[in-house]
Amino acid sequence: MHAEETKLSLQVYDSGHRGPVVLEELRGLLHYRDLLFQLVRRDIVSRYKRSALGIAWTMLYPLGMMTVMTVVFSQLFHAVHGYPAYILSGLVAWNFFSQTTSAAMQHMVWGSALIHRIYMPRSAFVVSAIGTGLVNVLFALVPMFLITLLVGLPLTWSVLFLPVAALLLASFALGVGLLLSAWAIYFPDIAEMYQVGLIGWMYLTPIIYPVTTIPEAYRYWFFHLNPMYYLVSIFRAPIYEGVLPGWPLLAAGAAIALVTLAVGWIVFCSRADEFTYRA
Amino acid sequence: MNSPIVPDVQAGRATDPSAEAAIHLEDVSVRYRAPQERLGSFKEYAIRRLQGQVRFADFYALDGISLEVRQGEILGIVGRNGAGKSTLLKVVSRVLVPSRGRVRLRGRVSPLLELGAGFHPELTGRENVLLNGTLLGHTARGLESRMEEIIDFAELGRFIDAPIRTYSSGMAARLGFAVATAWRPEILLVDEVLAVGDEAFRAKCQTRMRAFRASGTTTLLVSHDSTTILALCENAVWLERGKIRAHGLAAQVVEEYRASRVPASV
Repeated sequence: MHAEETKLSLQVYDSGHRGPVVLEELRGLLHYRDLLFQLVRRDIVSRYKRSALGIAWTMLYPLGMMTVMTVVFSQLFHAVHGYPAYILSGLVAWNFFSQTTSAAMQHMVWGSALIHRIYMPRSAFVVSAIGTGLVNVLFALVPMFLITLLVGLPLTWSVLFLPVAALLLASFALGVGLLLSAWAIYFPDIAEMYQVGLIGWMYLTPIIYPVTTIPEAYRYWFFHLNPMYYLVSIFRAPIYEGVLPGWPLLAAGAAIALVTLAVGWIVFCSRADEFTYRA
Repeated sequence: MNSPIVPDVQAGRATDPSAEAAIHLEDVSVRYRAPQERLGSFKEYAIRRLQGQVRFADFYALDGISLEVRQGEILGIVGRNGAGKSTLLKVVSRVLVPSRGRVRLRGRVSPLLELGAGFHPELTGRENVLLNGTLLGHTARGLESRMEEIIDFAELGRFIDAPIRTYSSGMAARLGFAVATAWRPEILLVDEVLAVGDEAFRAKCQTRMRAFRASGTTTLLVSHDSTTILALCENAVWLERGKIRAHGLAAQVVEEYRASRVPASV
């Protein structure tokens, strides 16, 4: 019985006959799906254990940022109806992107010590960082809904579209995270440079100011070259505006997200075998 | 290079799995690109480094290794530091894809290289079993079903629900070993890890490894201590500068290896 059991489950590995790396990595990830869950759990549980407020931070952090920005900028943008809700919806989307892509690099640098010793799908570290971000977004929805109602904006059925918006954002973040991690594993200071870049990028994206702030003549160039403009707008429409995002916006956002993901995946996978060749 | 003509395996697939080698290396090379070491001054090196002009030199950690390990065999690997012993294990554990050549494995590989890899200090022992176990490719459900066995073997008792940061290094190593050997692997890679824990626990680890061998597990054992190799292995390989210097009966290989070290240590 024992022999039979072994024979059935006998895994055969042949370094000379591997499928395309892009598929092999995906297969590995499916096989290690429980690892993904455990990595996400570790992130959330260890964060929860470290502080007294625990998981509440996920909700308080965007609220705090929103409060500060509302106080600072409300005079400037008083024309924006329900300004706190405008900021918060943009911030939740932006924080998701900035935190997951940064975490992806940190996880990869941490994981590089592991992948030098034992085999595992190397993308697991990046994918789990995005997974943790999605869980955090789920928690952040609570204050987002509350603030939306408090400023007198209606919550409509269009909020049911939020999962799609979040998934598009996640695809884009995963693509960017994979690209960054494939470099950060060699040069950890890339993570630091990226933090500076993120600050600039955030101010180029309409998070705290309305799109109308930018003169119409420049608006096209200002926003249409910025992928985050599309993804933040798609995320914001169902909650702040209470409508589904328009088709042109959605199509552009989806195309950007999926192309970025595909490029990131291909680049990461084709470099992954080299990771363990460098110290 | 001029390997003998191998009969077509696909046409006449062997019916008895034990007849095929569990580990099959064919002309395997691993080429690292390492910064070239210059014998010049440190200043020169630092300046070159700042200028980004550090040259890289190719370094063969493994150079054309061909090796077959039968199912159920315990193969000892000896050699000096940097001879390629750990690299050989990395190629078999799939950590490194060889730069050249081919690695074929039949069965699940369990590396006893890094006990407790990825343990998180803030998580409890139980949570870490799931994290470490899934890192090794197990399913969470499988781990849950063997949880009591793992806790018993690691001799942790109620400490299993305390955070790992409160563990002694011995306790953490025991838990790591218990997770890594919770299932019998077809291929086991051991790199000097049996030096963990106290005498009694070491004896328990060796008992478990012997039980694995009795059930047909193939083992690669790296050790600097040639007495361990002599005690556990029938056959051994002597690696030197990434090449096989000798391969044969453990007693013979170890003797040759020891003999070579006497004049070399001047």
